[in-house]
Amino acid sequence: MDPLILSRIQFGANISFHILFPTITIALGWVLLFFKLRYNATNDSAWMRAYFTWVKVFALSFAMGVVSGVTMSFQFGTNWPGYMEHVGNIAGPLLAYEILTAFFLEAAFLGIMLFGFRRVSNRVHTLATVLVAGGTTVSAFWIIALNSWMQTPAGFEMIDGKAHAVDWWAIVFNPSMPYRLVHMLLASGLTVSFLIAGLSALRHLNGDRSESMWKALRTGVFTAAILIPIQIFAGDQHGLNTLEHQPQKIAAMEANWNTGPNVPLVLFALPDEAARENKFEIAIPDGASLVLRHSTSGVVPGLNDYPGNHPPVFPLFWSFRIMVGTGLLMLAVSWSAAFFLKRRHSLPKPLAMLMVPMALSGWLATLAGWYTTEIGRQPWLVTGVLKTADAVGPVAGSHVALTLAVYLILYVLLLIAYLGVLVHLALKAAKDGDSSPLPGVMKAAMSQPAAGE
Amino acid sequence: MTFDWPTALPLIFAGLMGLAILIYVILDGFDLGIGILFAVAEDAEQDTMIAAIGPFWDANETWLVLAVGLLLVAFPMAHGVILTALYIPAFVLLVGLILRGVAFDFRAKVPAGRKHRWNRIFFLGSLIASLAQGYMLGVYVLGLDVGLGGMAFGVLVAFCLAAAYAAMGAAWVIYKTEGELQKKAVRWLRTALVLTALGMAAVSLATPFASPRIFDKWFVWPQMLYLSPLPILSALLFLWLWRQTFHLPKPDDRHALTPFLTLAAIFALGFAGLAWSFYPFVVPDKLTIWQAASATESLAIILAGTVVVLPIIIFYSFYAYRVFGGKATDLTYD
Repeated sequence: MDPLILSRIQFGANISFHILFPTITIALGWVLLFFKLRYNATNDSAWMRAYFTWVKVFALSFAMGVVSGVTMSFQFGTNWPGYMEHVGNIAGPLLAYEILTAFFLEAAFLGIMLFGFRRVSNRVHTLATVLVAGGTTVSAFWIIALNSWMQTPAGFEMIDGKAHAVDWWAIVFNPSMPYRLVHMLLASGLTVSFLIAGLSALRHLNGDRSESMWKALRTGVFTAAILIPIQIFAGDQHGLNTLEHQPQKIAAMEANWNTGPNVPLVLFALPDEAARENKFEIAIPDGASLVLRHSTSGVVPGLNDYPGNHPPVFPLFWSFRIMVGTGLLMLAVSWSAAFFLKRRHSLPKPLAMLMVPMALSGWLATLAGWYTTEIGRQPWLVTGVLKTADAVGPVAGSHVALTLAVYLILYVLLLIAYLGVLVHLALKAAKDGDSSPLPGVMKAAMSQPAAGE
Repeated sequence: MTFDWPTALPLIFAGLMGLAILIYVILDGFDLGIGILFAVAEDAEQDTMIAAIGPFWDANETWLVLAVGLLLVAFPMAHGVILTALYIPAFVLLVGLILRGVAFDFRAKVPAGRKHRWNRIFFLGSLIASLAQGYMLGVYVLGLDVGLGGMAFGVLVAFCLAAAYAAMGAAWVIYKTEGELQKKAVRWLRTALVLTALGMAAVSLATPFASPRIFDKWFVWPQMLYLSPLPILSALLFLWLWRQTFHLPKPDDRHALTPFLTLAAIFALGFAGLAWSFYPFVVPDKLTIWQAASATESLAIILAGTVVVLPIIIFYSFYAYRVFGGKATDLTYD
């Protein structure tokens, strides 16, 4: 097979597997800090139980993120040497700052956060949690800055086919960066709140009515219910930003073949790129014009303006709809759960059963969203600067195919093991309830007594 | 002589990258080594050994990300050439690192019956990662030659580097544990030392003979004289450490950290030798550090950050090691 398409699939597989775990750790770090601060403020040991249940998920997710992240740092060289050759002067410093300001911070204080509760004072332990959570977020900042620069490059000049930095502020805060960063951080928050809500719902279904279960469940459900409308608004703003800077991406997302006013919002279709038309289309008249231009006669860009220079339509159209559909489902589920928890102080069984699979809804929406924006950048690797086909390395297709196959097998096995452990941890917590052992105080001098014991 | 940034910056970054690789090899060396030693340790000992590295391994592995990151950002041309030439071994290394990294966490969280499986995966992953690193070193030393001879040499270095890591792991166990396990670790160290010495000798001899350029750098008067402390000191340290293994552990646990520090010194000497051999090339005999370097303004902005952040990193890394200083106890989430 063609090394280009194989390398693209391999990079896609690696980054898809990788992003699952930072998506969890970015927000989970802050949720853990919230548990810790509630415990500091109330001395209620249920908060600490919630902390110790979820810190294990954090540790495991972090390890998965680290090892899949190491793979990423090699991928640039092994499969895409042209990328650094052409835009290394821009990408290099951004990656370097990510490593220097975020990776070491996270890794060094993770040990204290995970295993140091009895070895350092409560204050230092809280500080370690802050630093780890802050590190994951700073890391997101740099990598989103780089990714956004690839989407909407700014602040550079080309000399002999190589990008040279002119204005670092413009490079970091390029036009799409603030939107993408907010969208991704909210996505992380939603992923974690649904994960917590879902696994707590699983505990609830298993008869667990412990305080730590309720606290985690409420935290998950209420956070989700608050974040999802914000995310819908932020996503809309991001879409309008894309319309301004990458109109060809919007044209493909909406499967709009011809530029013009009164463009319908296509709900369902099978876009056919060869025939340049939508099969089995179901659409709301003037919908897209209304959403994108806030007027029925608003002109929406069509694919006819970008012959040979627009992304593939079918995957973009569908991944965007999967993301939006998942988001709407999240809205419905989190608001109903919030209603029942707030008004009835209970969780109906059917809703709990729906919330368990919804634990992974954040992953689905995040992946679908990333596919939309990344495939939407094609055929460019860096919009207008470097084509994906010009960055691929000289490695034989058979090598790429072989390694891709092994990666895929490995990732499937690891995902099964990871999800198995999550369920195992939830069921174990459900069984122990409020009697799960808290960290002891007997052995070490600097121990932290868990109050209320 | 005026200070010339375009000349100085690639040199500074080569130095930083070398430092990152050296710190990585020493730090991840001991936790990879402990993974290799899992093969000869009992169940209860394995838990203690994990406790001896648990809080550190993440940060240790971050030095690899920094080293590869510096290669990527400071010498983008070299990153591409080296990693496409070492495509398969780099892939094997990554699979090893993935397996051991996750096994670390899974073994502590899966139902008790499955722990054995993850212990085995931890061993296998550590071994695979070490072998792959050794193989990559061997092939790199021969100028990325992947002929049959190059591959055979790569395999030799692979086993020796795995042995060297096992020695580091044993030295760390001597430092972090007590009792029967500590005595056992002294015996592990002795065995692993022999293979380590063999490996270092092999690399030292093969490098000059693989490249006439490197030969000329070592075997000309008076450089030979200035360079002679490197091999002589290494050999003396090896002999001294070998003798020490017959006296450890000592009463009151004196000198428990000495084997680890000695090995780190040997690694540093060997590394200095390699650095001298390859300077000024980053891809042997093909690309010098100046040919492969990024633009000056990009290097400058990375350096500005590095100068501020690196001391802070080193400071809090020491702090983290201090928090978990002393003998390893059972690792719990508290």
